[in-house]
Amino acid sequence: MIMDAQTIIAKRIARELKTGMLVNLGIGIPTKVANFIPHDVKIFFQSENGLIGTGPIPEEGMAHPLLTDAGGNPVTALPGACTFDSATSFGLIRGGHVDVTVLGALQVDGGGLLANWMIPGKMVPGMGGAMDLVTGAKRVIIAMQHTAKGKPKIVEACTLPLTSARPIDMLVSEMAVIAFKDGKATLLETGPGVTVEQVVAATAAKLVLPDKISQMSV
Amino acid sequence: MMKTIPITDAVALIPDGATLMIGGFMGVGTPERIVDELVRQGKQNLTVIANDTAVPGRGIGKLVDAGLIARTVASHIGLNPETQKQMIAGKMAVDLIPQGTLIERIRSGGCGLGGVLTPTGIGTIVEEGKQKVEVNGLQYLVETALRADFALINAFLADYLGNLSYALTGRNFNPIIAMAADTTIVCADHIVPVGLIAPDHVVTPAPLVDYLIMNG
Repeated sequence: MIMDAQTIIAKRIARELKTGMLVNLGIGIPTKVANFIPHDVKIFFQSENGLIGTGPIPEEGMAHPLLTDAGGNPVTALPGACTFDSATSFGLIRGGHVDVTVLGALQVDGGGLLANWMIPGKMVPGMGGAMDLVTGAKRVIIAMQHTAKGKPKIVEACTLPLTSARPIDMLVSEMAVIAFKDGKATLLETGPGVTVEQVVAATAAKLVLPDKISQMSV
Repeated sequence: MMKTIPITDAVALIPDGATLMIGGFMGVGTPERIVDELVRQGKQNLTVIANDTAVPGRGIGKLVDAGLIARTVASHIGLNPETQKQMIAGKMAVDLIPQGTLIERIRSGGCGLGGVLTPTGIGTIVEEGKQKVEVNGLQYLVETALRADFALINAFLADYLGNLSYALTGRNFNPIIAMAADTTIVCADHIVPVGLIAPDHVVTPAPLVDYLIMNG
């Protein structure tokens, strides 16, 4: 079976999440990560609108108007869930209590700086919680397709407004797993059926290529 | 001392040009009846401080639809195309603020603080025009306190004294804005006798509430 890009990305990132972690997933591909967590791995998922213990979408007819995710869509609360106000929610985020956040990206530069909240003159939705999450979470993982309309999204320097001065820790695309340590983008894994040369060709930033680069297992 | 009040009288207290903090997150936990009455009375030139502007036809989105907002102070407007349209057309000013910074600025306003120091926004366009300070070797932005003329609250339970509790994700900005305005008006899903909300379950203490809107 050929896996689509979003599934490859979500499945690979799911492997980074371990029992007991407090995790915040952004919208889009990041939300799909929750679908690939093994049953014996128990994660505390936070919705920044004030919920820890976010569960799957409710069965038909079981939605509660006051139980929603950050997009305003109905969710469930798992046993052991708790709710809180927005100051507490962002205290958790900014205060370094969130173990992992998974977010989307418009651009990431070679040093791991992220732009993911606006395209001047085109798309000005507001940063919502993105700036706080990138600034405060213990680990920031980016989930994104490697290119947009054939153009690399990993660039030498971001041309779009940055989300934070804090670099991301890891980027997972359908083509690659890249770690950002000491300001360098290091290729750790290539996607299913993808060669190192293909990753390099689809990336506009300088990549460090270690001796051993493994194939992504999803 | 809190007063119970019919909804038409409560909203009549709000003049054109008022600054409103409105509870809710994508319309969840927004006092929908107050919003409807603001639209019915056609309040003009409002400044709205809230997390977002929901979607057209819901919560704060109804105020946007009716063209009643002159300025929005929010963290996210991306899910309301009408807000974006009015912003681009120059009909509505929009200040976009990181969500954690927005709620802390409001909390400061309600707690007698001049503002907060936050690392969020350092090295981004958010820092433009703001004071930066170094504390223990780390850089922070000075983010000043926000207050409003009115806080419009949706609680799940209110007792006859004005003690409030909230349900699930309907809490969000509500208890924070309840402290940050000159006048706090509450629309509760259920009004219950005093004593029914256990002291440990009261989130917003009664003395913070000025008006509780009557059922009906």
